[in-house]
Amino acid sequence: MSSMSDNTNTSKITPPNSALEIQGLTVSYGDKTAIFSVDANFPKASMSAIIGPNGAGKSTLLKSVIGVQPKLSGQINIFGNPIKNNLKKIAYVPQRVSVDWDFPTNVMDVVQMGLYRQVGLLGRMRGKQTSIAMECLDRVGMADLWQQQIGQLSGGQQQRVFLARALAQDAEIYLLDEPFSGVDAATERAIIDVLKSLKSKNKSVIAVHHDLATVRDYFDYVLMINIKNIAEGLINETFTNENLQSTYGGKLELAHAEELSVSIDRTTT
Amino acid sequence: MNTFVQAMLFQAGYNVALVTIGAILLGVAAGSAGTFLFLRKRALVSDAIAHATLPGVGIAFIIMTWLGGDGRSILGLLCGSAITALVGLIIIEWIPRRTRLPEDAAIGSVLGVFFGAGIVLLTVIQTMSSGRQAGLESFLLGSTAGMLFEDAVVIAIGGFLSILGIWIARRPLTIVAFDKDYAISMGYDIRKIDLLMMGLVLGVTVIGMKLVGLILIVAMLIIPAVTARFWSNRTDEVVIIAGFLGGLSGYMGAILSASAPSLPTGPIIVLIAILLFIVSLFLAPNRGVFSIFMQYRKTKSNIHRRQGLLTIAKGKDVVSPFTKKLLLNEGLQGLDGLTSKGKELITKIHIDENRWIAAKEIYPDKDMSKNYGIKFIEEILTMDELTNLDQYIKSQKFKSRSYDY
Repeated sequence: MSSMSDNTNTSKITPPNSALEIQGLTVSYGDKTAIFSVDANFPKASMSAIIGPNGAGKSTLLKSVIGVQPKLSGQINIFGNPIKNNLKKIAYVPQRVSVDWDFPTNVMDVVQMGLYRQVGLLGRMRGKQTSIAMECLDRVGMADLWQQQIGQLSGGQQQRVFLARALAQDAEIYLLDEPFSGVDAATERAIIDVLKSLKSKNKSVIAVHHDLATVRDYFDYVLMINIKNIAEGLINETFTNENLQSTYGGKLELAHAEELSVSIDRTTT
Repeated sequence: MNTFVQAMLFQAGYNVALVTIGAILLGVAAGSAGTFLFLRKRALVSDAIAHATLPGVGIAFIIMTWLGGDGRSILGLLCGSAITALVGLIIIEWIPRRTRLPEDAAIGSVLGVFFGAGIVLLTVIQTMSSGRQAGLESFLLGSTAGMLFEDAVVIAIGGFLSILGIWIARRPLTIVAFDKDYAISMGYDIRKIDLLMMGLVLGVTVIGMKLVGLILIVAMLIIPAVTARFWSNRTDEVVIIAGFLGGLSGYMGAILSASAPSLPTGPIIVLIAILLFIVSLFLAPNRGVFSIFMQYRKTKSNIHRRQGLLTIAKGKDVVSPFTKKLLLNEGLQGLDGLTSKGKELITKIHIDENRWIAAKEIYPDKDMSKNYGIKFIEEILTMDELTNLDQYIKSQKFKSRSYDY
């Protein structure tokens, strides 16, 4: 294993402020390449967006970081160490649509899933765990609904419960897969507030993001990919019309690209 | 009938008591293990591995006879069946991972191939000169006639172990069934957890072969779980209820077939489980067919009543025959226009309409729109919120009033 990764560029030294570092990550579905040799270096205590057109491999990137999608090659480090034994520093918020919401469980049960590792196999959920879960629900504005059957939640509420579950893990890095997709405006505001508070506590937030209009407002670092790396860096330097054009290609109309720093082109998403 | 009462009280003889206790334990173990199978959407996999036990029974019998032992030793047969079932399971898992074939094709192939091979082996065994082969075919549909104390002990130990396994692994099993990707991100090894689940199912299948038979064991795994889902919205409760219903089916089935010796125990147990399922399907609160139908009727009437009255209030004619009939039947409209009761309700609806508009303005974060037209807003908001809302409506700030009253 180590001899294999030697031919890739592992010799690079991780900068001290790196939260999640990806080197030469390649993933394929059968004989279709999903992402090819992607490098990224998401900084600590910041909010990073992963953007790119449909099918660019954004979700695949997240999934292969946490091991849901096996990688063909590549090295993933967390705070300079291999991810393998550091998974507990990561909290993952999957896409809402990835689960069956008719599953027999309620809001409190779902949030407590974030504490399973802490409690262990045989440990019991005690008052302490319940109050941690309640606190996390409160942070996303869902404390009132702790007994609700999950099938009765709206899309925005489902997303908040998933975020609360990740908060319960008390991780260092939060990976979110399209947290704002299909949620109401109030939920979007609530989620972004929570994410910003995480950043202020020196946590690192990395989100796959669809809405180009809000990239500048929400994030301070961006990775732009389309199967391969296109650009990466601080928003001000990287989120430029030129880079957007090369990420989205013909899908992004030029007229809109001119003003994309402030506006939105939904036809590209 | 007398035998029935005796059987109920475990007084109908040694064999009947053994069978009854075995059936209860098997039912509890199958019901609770089956719940995770059902939640993980793996019901058909268990059917395939149950069928894949048959060649193992045949091979074990042949080997044990060749070695000069008793070919029908229960432990030997169970080991053999567990081995071929495991091979079947591995193949089912391997085919979709390594080829482009979907899982259902793998399940179908394994079921057919293994079961066919098993039947061939049983036929060969019938022609063998040595060994006491009679009774092997009872593994297909179960048989209680020759149940020994040894068999009951195997069921008791196996049942206890699988229940213990379920209890210990309940959290990993639940999280993998609900959100596989999230479980992986927390570091759970889902292949191990799935293997454990299938191992528990395999254990139940193997111990249940003697009693229920391998063809029907999938019913014991799935039906109690599906039935229990009608009665609860919590995973833990579904597991417990499924175990209870499984045990109840086992008990009822065993005593029923004991009181009428021509009835086969295994299929009777399954039929009892199905009876419980049908009762739940129709009568369960919230999820039952009857409850869903009543809910639908109520919602439909609420919507038609409001829509109809608002239409009349605007001076237009109601077109829908259903609405017309509803308003007449409820005494809201007479032959010469609205009744006083109808007028009262219109005023109430107008107040409510304004409240909905205002609520959108002052409680934009509250997700209530799914109840609009079906419920009055006072059924959703707290007293404080309602008071607050009415003050807002009276104030100058509220501009979007659409009804005066």
